[in-house]
Amino acid sequence: MTATETPRIGVYVCHCGINIASRVNVKEVVEFARGLPHVVVASEYKYLCSDPGQELIRADMKEHNLNRIVVASCSPLMHESTFRRVTAEGGQNEFLFQMANIREHVSWVTEDEGEATSKSKALVAGAVRRVAFHEPLTREKVPVNPNVLVVGGGIAGIQAALTMADAGKKVYLVEREPTIGGHMAKFDKTFPTLDCSACILTPKMSMVKSHPNIEMMTLSEVAEVHGYVGNFKVKVKKNPRYIKEDLCVGCLECIESCVYKEAKFPDEYNLGLGKRKPVYIPFPQATPQVVLVDPETCLYLKKGKCKQTCLEACDRKAIDFEQKEEISELDVGAIILATGFKAFDPTNRLPQYGYGFYPEVYTSLEIERLLNSAGPTSGELTTKSGQVPQTVGIVHCVGSRDKKTNVWCSRVCCMYSLKLAHLIEERTGAHVYNFYIDMRTPGKGYEEFYERLLQEGMRPVRGRVAAITDWAMTPEEEGKLVIRVEDTMIGVVRRIPVDMAVLSVGLEPQPDAKEVRRRFNISCSPEGWFLERHPKLAPVSTFTDGVFLAGACQGPKDIPDSVAQAGAAAAEALALIDRGYVEMEPNTAWIEEELCSGCKSCSGQCPYNAIGFDDEKARAMINEALCKGCGTCVATCPSGAARQKLFLDKQIYEEIRGVLSYV
Amino acid sequence: MKYLYYPGCSLKVTGKPYEDSLLAVFNALEEEIEEVNDWNCCGATAYSAVDQMKAFALAARNLALAEEQGGEKAELVAPCAACYLVLNKTCHSIQDYPARVGLQVKRALKAGNLTYKGTVNIRHPLDVFANDIGLEVIEKRVKNKLAGLKVACYYGCQIVRPYAEFDDQHQPMTMDNIIKALGAEPVNWSLKTRCCGGSLSATVSDDALSLSRILIKEAKRRGADIITTACSLCQFNLECFQEKLKQKGDQPGETEIPVAYFTQIMGKALGIDEAKLGFKQSFMPLETLF
Repeated sequence: MTATETPRIGVYVCHCGINIASRVNVKEVVEFARGLPHVVVASEYKYLCSDPGQELIRADMKEHNLNRIVVASCSPLMHESTFRRVTAEGGQNEFLFQMANIREHVSWVTEDEGEATSKSKALVAGAVRRVAFHEPLTREKVPVNPNVLVVGGGIAGIQAALTMADAGKKVYLVEREPTIGGHMAKFDKTFPTLDCSACILTPKMSMVKSHPNIEMMTLSEVAEVHGYVGNFKVKVKKNPRYIKEDLCVGCLECIESCVYKEAKFPDEYNLGLGKRKPVYIPFPQATPQVVLVDPETCLYLKKGKCKQTCLEACDRKAIDFEQKEEISELDVGAIILATGFKAFDPTNRLPQYGYGFYPEVYTSLEIERLLNSAGPTSGELTTKSGQVPQTVGIVHCVGSRDKKTNVWCSRVCCMYSLKLAHLIEERTGAHVYNFYIDMRTPGKGYEEFYERLLQEGMRPVRGRVAAITDWAMTPEEEGKLVIRVEDTMIGVVRRIPVDMAVLSVGLEPQPDAKEVRRRFNISCSPEGWFLERHPKLAPVSTFTDGVFLAGACQGPKDIPDSVAQAGAAAAEALALIDRGYVEMEPNTAWIEEELCSGCKSCSGQCPYNAIGFDDEKARAMINEALCKGCGTCVATCPSGAARQKLFLDKQIYEEIRGVLSYV
Repeated sequence: MKYLYYPGCSLKVTGKPYEDSLLAVFNALEEEIEEVNDWNCCGATAYSAVDQMKAFALAARNLALAEEQGGEKAELVAPCAACYLVLNKTCHSIQDYPARVGLQVKRALKAGNLTYKGTVNIRHPLDVFANDIGLEVIEKRVKNKLAGLKVACYYGCQIVRPYAEFDDQHQPMTMDNIIKALGAEPVNWSLKTRCCGGSLSATVSDDALSLSRILIKEAKRRGADIITTACSLCQFNLECFQEKLKQKGDQPGETEIPVAYFTQIMGKALGIDEAKLGFKQSFMPLETLF
């Protein structure tokens, strides 16, 4: 149709099963819509998004010669694209459509039926008024850069990177630690099959390193992200390693020859349970197999004075104390975030468990390191005084399922606690207690694993632990830690003396999740987990096109789920890249030349540097390729010369008029 | 800043050394403190068990008086743990339940020609010393460093639970930090907030006795020379039944330890005369410790 054609509007109100219909009197809204200006047809349907629902609209468009469509249903985030397509299939431009959200904005948040119906009518009136002023628009197709950025080199990031690299895409894998591998590399075995974590992970790490399509960037962080789906421009900051990565072969001679004869600094990789020198490699299978120098402890880097015996030892001259932070710029079409989680730190947050206070209270991650054959004790588990523990208590839900810390279930703790119980019993012969609230073992082979542990003689006690104390009440408790718990199976308060207590800490969002979220322009749940586009139907997409999620950054997940999600994220990214182009939303701004006074108010405000200035004409100019449609210039322009497609003044005023005319 | 002081019943009688030492320490730190005029019972335990609304009204009268005397934002120091708890509870209840509690309390106060706007800040002296005055100031004022004295800091159940925000409920440290500032050494122990027996010593005395015995034994096991408390009932329970414990079969010395108010220890370190700190009123001699 042309802009001069008289609008012929069809209004469709959706029941959404009972989601809308149980609050909103749909019949009344339809009746009301029939009386609105230019409305030719108004009808209702149980599920408008379904095939028969769509067909209803298409058939009406033909029969009644409709040229404008309004659908009152759910959020546009859910089905705007569906109904725009239907409008196009009915023979009209897809932008001659407007949606009224009467589910998220009305039925789900309104108690009273009368109020809900009134508000629905107001929103429908607004949408009808607005759509009458819609104009046909065309989308621009922009080619997609086939390169991909994966942020985070844990198992999820590794899996996503390998999948895409195998499909022939160039992948940049950015990891902020000196080695890839993430949390999984720290574990000894994995539940429920007890395969050795290193045996299944380190080959993948090595494949990442040697893959011709993967550029691995360790000690690196994404500093800035610009651009949009298909064409992101990313700045990556690489922190100095003080080692030339291409020269170092990992012979470790420099570590041997360091002026510190003994390793004396707490080793971060082993959570401080072991010691390292200022020049070190996090663990023997670290990838890349390259040492690094810690500027906080290296004498030369800290004080400028050292014999630098390491320099002499390195015959490949790989040590470079002059290395500085480097910024590299990457062009990528898609981004996969796989930034993982942080294990809950019980220090000061749950003082009743005495972590950091009693030496024999450990976190589960610490026990993982102590049980790991590549860990600080080569897999031997003893107390700090060197005794083999006879009794060990594993406390579940530390930092999980508790309003005082985190309300969510961390999903992996029951299973890893059972695994730890098995490993501890196997290595030390100790009696192992598991103090649990509920034993949550949903997963393939998980319940069977629990059953196996019960058969093995693991001692389950159902009850949330009240406190861990070293106060001995009886001679048997002397010198032990006492776990106080209400055993809810037998209804008594028990005191159970143990040699070691293990806190099964939950999973939390990374401490900088909020900053990362802003950097990539995606959303977080209130807790700080990155928000997926839809919890069921778009679990790896985000509300920002071209940015996908994999692994525990989206919520607590075990290894199988992280790997599955990484594969899904890679598939979504590949689908985007292989389509070859993206269609842009035509919501860009332009300048009405006759109205522009050349005051330049707009150009300073534009966050995307999309506004230039034509010196000859003394007028502002908007580069539509750069414009993101934020509308800042439109609001800023004092002469009303800056305008935005889909958000024209007359469209917005008509919408407001429509809403207010009913209210 | 001038602090207001609400003694409550015990600081005038069994807890007299607490009052004496507290006021002497405020004086030595050159902080002004003034007793609330015409104060009455805080409404502790027995009252609230029988008629909670009357207990609230009773406590609120003290708050109203404090507001009148100290003006808005009055800082009311309540050294007794029970008073501290009850006054806090009253404040919270008035605020959280304006209709059920606030209105009734208002009516009761009106009958006595009083009003309470809700501006009084209830403070424990531990909070005042550590957070208002500051550990550094205290450390500078120390005249006799208590080097070598091992102190088991005992907080009891009511100070840090449930209203106090100045310290942790499970592992409080304020008193330990003050003791450290005096040059003495706080011992690490896990029973800082375990029950001392409370008012059971008057009713089910054998049970109360076993509770205080646990605390004394553990403090001694940790090498403490003395237990310090911030509550007159704790002090009473821990100190006064040591003889009885011996009669029950404890070995000589097994459950014997001096129990002082933390303000008495502070006073000693700040160089205040022992006579002004109520040392003479202790069953277990304090003088010999220093």
